[in-house]
Amino acid sequence: MTTGQLIALLAAAVTAGTPLVFAGIGELVAERSGVLNLGVEGMMLVGAVSGFAVAAVTHDPWMAVIAAAGAGGLIATAHALLAVTLGAEQVTSGLSLALFGAGLSAFLGKPFIGIPNPVPFRAVPVPGLSAVPVLGPILFRQDSLVYLSYGVVIVAWWWIYRTRPGLHLRATGEDAATADAMGIRVGLVRYASVVVGGGLAGVAGGYLSLAYTPAWTENMTGGLGWIAIALVIFSTWNPLRLLGGAYLFGAVDALGFRVQLLGVETSSILLRMLPYLFTLAVLFVITVLQRQARMPGALTRPYFREE
Amino acid sequence: MGGIPPAVPRTIGSHTPEWIEAVATRIGAVLAALLIGAGFLAATGHDAWTAYRAMAVGAAGSSFAVEQTLIKAIPLMLTGLGVALAFTMGLWNIGAEGQLTVGALAASWLALQGPALPHPAMIAGLIVLGIAGGAAWALIPAALKAFAGMSEIISTLMLNYVALLWVDYLVFGAWADPTAFSFPYSRPFPESARFPILFGAVHFGLILALSAAIALAVTLRATPWGYEIRTIGASPAAARYAGMPVGRNILLVMATSGALAGLAGVGEVSGVIHRIQQGLSPGYGFTAIIVAWVARLQPWAIVIVAILFAALLNGGFVIQTTGVPAAIAYMIQALILFLVLGSEYLLRRIRHRRATAAAMRAALATSP
Repeated sequence: MTTGQLIALLAAAVTAGTPLVFAGIGELVAERSGVLNLGVEGMMLVGAVSGFAVAAVTHDPWMAVIAAAGAGGLIATAHALLAVTLGAEQVTSGLSLALFGAGLSAFLGKPFIGIPNPVPFRAVPVPGLSAVPVLGPILFRQDSLVYLSYGVVIVAWWWIYRTRPGLHLRATGEDAATADAMGIRVGLVRYASVVVGGGLAGVAGGYLSLAYTPAWTENMTGGLGWIAIALVIFSTWNPLRLLGGAYLFGAVDALGFRVQLLGVETSSILLRMLPYLFTLAVLFVITVLQRQARMPGALTRPYFREE
Repeated sequence: MGGIPPAVPRTIGSHTPEWIEAVATRIGAVLAALLIGAGFLAATGHDAWTAYRAMAVGAAGSSFAVEQTLIKAIPLMLTGLGVALAFTMGLWNIGAEGQLTVGALAASWLALQGPALPHPAMIAGLIVLGIAGGAAWALIPAALKAFAGMSEIISTLMLNYVALLWVDYLVFGAWADPTAFSFPYSRPFPESARFPILFGAVHFGLILALSAAIALAVTLRATPWGYEIRTIGASPAAARYAGMPVGRNILLVMATSGALAGLAGVGEVSGVIHRIQQGLSPGYGFTAIIVAWVARLQPWAIVIVAILFAALLNGGFVIQTTGVPAAIAYMIQALILFLVLGSEYLLRRIRHRRATAAAMRAALATSP
């Protein structure tokens, strides 16, 4: 492989990893507040179809992104209602959201199948930075949503570790009763985190239908929402590590597409299994290394003051 | 917190028997889900009443419709029973779709590539291979959980995608129908590899599914193994303390769960489509999760809920021709699960609050 090919591969890894960055950060925020939301796949699909529909109708790409975020956040409130207000078992509730999102997106998306996105996001090189050797072509010749994802990671990291609301978020996720005693409004923090998480999952789906593919097809997420959940475990709930993990998965995905271009005789269908098998392998390694021991202490535990 | 007694059991303080409440909650959830679905239909420019009436006719309006509904109920029963068994032990098997697929693949190998067996032997072989395929696929996440402690949620799910791609690989490659120009399916099964028909278009799989429901009900209620499964499900720590082999049961229960899904896969290829193809299952393995929860993991209830959900699915396929997306059925099914969960936990909260308030009042009345 030449240097040029390697750089192209890494740039493709960043592009392919971007939906995982958005969805992963969203799930990370929700889990940091103590709520596991397995509905990522469904929220992404609803975000993808909503974003696409708004792009097709308004021809305004940023309105489309806002719609994707809004739709993801809106259906996430259903999970918050069950998991936070009613204290429902979070795995089942999240699964029902995943299935609902798949059904709803297929229902709403029927008229948009086979229509091209009139306003897809295209690569916009950053003046100056894109000329930097190696890093420039990898990181700074991407589309605007990729740049937005860099911002999301930095803000998430700063918010969680360096601000007072971030401290409240972590306290709520570690030990809700203690957080409550400190005067933190546990329910509010959890609702906000789940909705923000849903909004980011929506943007992740929007990235697929507005920039990556860019079109709407049923179940176009193809398991990315579940991979994002696995990534949060891999990241040990740290946004910066999540970014690295997302690009690692992006690289595996991109490699699958490129192996054949390098002249290796393989089936493209078998190569598409790679991200799923890689997820299994990564989870296995994490489990054996006992890294998941650092998960938020109150994850999946509902909280009620009177109990 | 310390002085307040724990929540009273749900039967105390309520005069409604539990099963009536459970049935009422579910009927309410179905009606509410249909109402919300009607809202979505109306908002997207469809006439909800016409659409629902067409769905009802398509699901049960003729003997053909009833047969089609029953055919779809078979895989829902089998996968529903499979995931319910796993859920009873607290195992999140959300990989029934993949296990169904691998069961279908294993059976298809015998039908397409294996020796030409006479009819009864061939059917027996298909069933054995399908069960083995589904069980083997479920044993991968089971072994990862039993031996390495790896959560089965993501692993069972990832393996669904791998299994579906495996079908693609074969039907576009080695098993492609030479007479079909790059259509994603194999050549048809020989006559000997087709399930016997019971009546109309309903195949032998219905007997397998109903037998499986009876067997599972008896196993869970009346055998020591069933007692172990329920105990581990209620509290793995207590079960370990009582000396129950948790690891071995993870393997056994997941294998059985996968075997039931694999059997569903055999029924699809051998009883319905008579070949293996891409898009073999319209998400039966996922709908199974909803069926199992709505049926409260009870085998006999799974049979009933599977038929109702098959009717919904079938009605959804039928109204496609009128321009209403079939996905309306999937949406309504997920809404039903959501509303059932919501109402159950709401009732639980209300009871808990009442009990806590009563305990507080009692404590205050006796305090000096």
